[in-house]
Amino acid sequence: YLRIVGLEIHAQISSNSKLFSGSQVQFAAPPNSLVSFFDASLPGTLPVLNRRCVEAAVMTGLALNCSINKKSLFDRKHYFYADLPAGYQITQQRVPIAVNGSLSYSLCIDNKMSQMVTKTVRIKQIQLEQDSGKSLHDDTRCQTLVDLNRAGVGLMEVVMEPDMCCGEEAAAAVRELQLILQTLGSSQAVMAEGQLRVDANVSVHHPGEPYGVRTEVKNINSIRFLAKAVDYEIQRQIEELENGGTILNETRAFDSKLGCTVPMRDKEGKQDYRFMPEPNLPPLILYDTKSLPANMNHQQVINIDWIQERLPDLPSVKREKLVEQYGILPEHSFTLLNEDGLAEFFESVVKQTQMKPKKVIGWILNDLLSYLKQHSLTVKESPVSSILLADLLNLLEKKEISSTAAKRVLAELWKGEGKTPLEIVKEQKLELLQDQKELEQICQAVIDGQENEVIMMVLGTFCTVSPVAAAVAPQLLPTLLFCWAVAAAQMLPCGG
Amino acid sequence: MQGSFTGLQTGIGQPLGILDGIPIAVKDNFNTAGIETTCASNMLKGYISPYNATVVQKLLDHGAVLLGKTNLDEFAMGSGSTDGVFGPVRNPWSYSKQYKEKSVPKSHSEEESDWVITGGSSGGSAAAVSSFTCFAALGSDTGGSTRNPAAHCGVVGLKPTYGLISRHGLIPLVNSMDVPGILTRCVDDAAVLLGSLAGHDPKDSTTIQDDFKPFELPNLTDVSKLSIGIPKEYHAPGLSSEILALWSKAADLFKNAGAKVVEVSLPHTRYSIVCYHVLCTAEVASNMARFDGLEYGHRSDMKDSTESMYAATRREGFNDVVRGRILSGNYFLLKQNYEKYFVKAQKVRRLIANDFVKVFRSGVDVLLTPTTLSDAAPYTEFIQEDNRTRSAQDDILTQAANMAGLPAINVPTALSERGLPVGLQFIGRSFQEKQLLTVAKWFEKQVQFPVIELEEVKRHDNGVFQHQKSASFS
Repeated sequence: YLRIVGLEIHAQISSNSKLFSGSQVQFAAPPNSLVSFFDASLPGTLPVLNRRCVEAAVMTGLALNCSINKKSLFDRKHYFYADLPAGYQITQQRVPIAVNGSLSYSLCIDNKMSQMVTKTVRIKQIQLEQDSGKSLHDDTRCQTLVDLNRAGVGLMEVVMEPDMCCGEEAAAAVRELQLILQTLGSSQAVMAEGQLRVDANVSVHHPGEPYGVRTEVKNINSIRFLAKAVDYEIQRQIEELENGGTILNETRAFDSKLGCTVPMRDKEGKQDYRFMPEPNLPPLILYDTKSLPANMNHQQVINIDWIQERLPDLPSVKREKLVEQYGILPEHSFTLLNEDGLAEFFESVVKQTQMKPKKVIGWILNDLLSYLKQHSLTVKESPVSSILLADLLNLLEKKEISSTAAKRVLAELWKGEGKTPLEIVKEQKLELLQDQKELEQICQAVIDGQENEVIMMVLGTFCTVSPVAAAVAPQLLPTLLFCWAVAAAQMLPCGG
Repeated sequence: MQGSFTGLQTGIGQPLGILDGIPIAVKDNFNTAGIETTCASNMLKGYISPYNATVVQKLLDHGAVLLGKTNLDEFAMGSGSTDGVFGPVRNPWSYSKQYKEKSVPKSHSEEESDWVITGGSSGGSAAAVSSFTCFAALGSDTGGSTRNPAAHCGVVGLKPTYGLISRHGLIPLVNSMDVPGILTRCVDDAAVLLGSLAGHDPKDSTTIQDDFKPFELPNLTDVSKLSIGIPKEYHAPGLSSEILALWSKAADLFKNAGAKVVEVSLPHTRYSIVCYHVLCTAEVASNMARFDGLEYGHRSDMKDSTESMYAATRREGFNDVVRGRILSGNYFLLKQNYEKYFVKAQKVRRLIANDFVKVFRSGVDVLLTPTTLSDAAPYTEFIQEDNRTRSAQDDILTQAANMAGLPAINVPTALSERGLPVGLQFIGRSFQEKQLLTVAKWFEKQVQFPVIELEEVKRHDNGVFQHQKSASFS
């Protein structure tokens, strides 16, 4: 079976005010506190286009390699629902603001970070449209509660062609889009806050045969669930067809608790949205440097080239730069960018330490990151700042402590008690011995000491991080071992 | 009260603006803050608007006194001002000496039911100006709704170019054709009002960006450089012989004064009514979708489900005319019909607009046409036919100017044989209101339309009628 997966992604535009009105955009405000007359559809009110929203859409279109339509149009999409006060949504159905782009994303093969493959999904279009309000159904009291705070907030709908074939690809594509949007600042794209909503279109068919009937899967609240939902739906369709059944062209919701898709209640057959041009908004005209009229007030127009010049480095570019600049592996760069703030942390540490980036990266990805994950903390919340880590790594690099000692110091730093690495080292006497003579004295003392202790120490050196081993500079370690070996040989009946 | 406040201001010596202290009435489809705005519909009965329409705000900023909200056809759908929930509007000329003189003596009860309509849909506004209750009134014009009642009530009715005056706060009928309309007693007054209202409004994205400079109308004496076009298609079926004669006389007036008068052709005129019907109903279906009883306005007691509440609310809130247009409009917007009807109508609209472009490009400055097919009908006769039929009949001479977005004005011309007003219409070039009004003003001076003689008003006359001319145009 060939698996066909396409995505429709709604990203809430990060702006101070809504797409067509001046009311504020804010998450979790008291119900109906951010509603202008226009948002409430009071008769006689008219839409006024928000410039920042247009810029956000242009930025996103350029970042996704789209052609920006210099003339795009607004339309009304009609349906009746409690969260749609005007009885229609203003969207761009005929001519959207951007078309024909592409998005590259990477996957690990076989879950091994070391083998990454790059894939591309085509972007069909990006359109500007209004978000709806929220309705909550209170079945016990037979009422519906409507909150219009979200009604009219600007959305970019990004339509990805059905170039994907499984949940993992869909998830990776969405993750990359999320990173791009966050880098641009055009959307904060936090799925948990409803700033990024994904609907998946799934179908299957045998090679050579026409495309199968597709279903739409909605109500997916995280990237993890997206992968699950898509994979489940693919399986469900295959099983259904294998059993001689047919696939209905329906909308299904993903039930995260059960891990399956279920038909959505009551979609009343196919809706005719009676699209009509929005008569209150003239065509949206954008310019580039060539077409910009000389006497135009630059406050009134948007210059695509101007926006293009000011685009920040996209994630893919950032990753390349990290690999090139620091000599780290590509998969490292993915992890760095995947965690909010981690790349900046890494670079900050590299600046402040003599340790080579190739070595620093290990401490960042293995030690710091695992600590953060264990305690469910973000990089911003890390009790170990980049300065502290850099100090620690400097001690290590100057061979004032061993790497095992460094790990102990890190564990101590993690408690966040405000001590510097140096203080901890002194406290716990973790300084490395540099002096050969001093070492010989210690060894002699050991040899002169008790048998069992020596055997334990010999064993201990190899098995655990012992204070003695930790306190020995690496280059003196062979000497220590030799001493102990001699001691052991002297103690044990046979050449143990 | 607003009036006394304005008086205080003027007492101090500083007039608030050019309209300081002038009473003005506003059609009840304009939002007025803190004041009921109903559109003559059950759907908005008791609806207190929280904001002023831009035009209302401008009037108030210039010192005008809002006298009241005027009656109309429900949601401005109609050509008689007979289909609103507050009942029909009576034409003040029904009670004029001029009308009573010409009508057959009747019993008192017969006389009571003999009154004539104002035309519509801005009938209340036209009647208010016509009966001296205010100096000017705001109407709206989508297919002729300002010019039609202006003609029937013997007042000046100006439809400005689309995009010149803000529609923010005007409850829309057809967004792509609606304009606020100005009703006054003379052309000069219309120019004054235009000056206070026109100009870009950031709240209305369909207003033009260019600055508007208010103007004073020159007193034209020499019309020899003027070219007047007479579109032959406006000799429409049903045009009364009276009005035809008046129209011809007006053309001669210009010719004799030295103007160039030419017959022109606007070949797509006959399609405009059908085209209008499709586009209007489609937009109505869309614009009325917001009336669901949830956020404001009438809400039905039906509680079974959201859908049933919506359906009951809309059935109870809208009259048959509105519901009929919604149904038609939704039909035209269905996916399978969209190309056939809506897109087709848009194309025909373009052709109609191009007719005017061609004619104006050929050197014509202003077009002269009748405004209505006949003088005002008695109410009892008017209601014999339904709203849709009447609208289709009555809009025929005014509608095309809305299609093309052009400015047009009704100038009261003469009294009919029944003693009722008849007006003629001038249609001008886009944004050339100054030229249009200049010509209209010249014409107004020539025809000397008589002042309405109302018993009740005459009793309080303090020389208002002194200037009435003896010679009139007819």
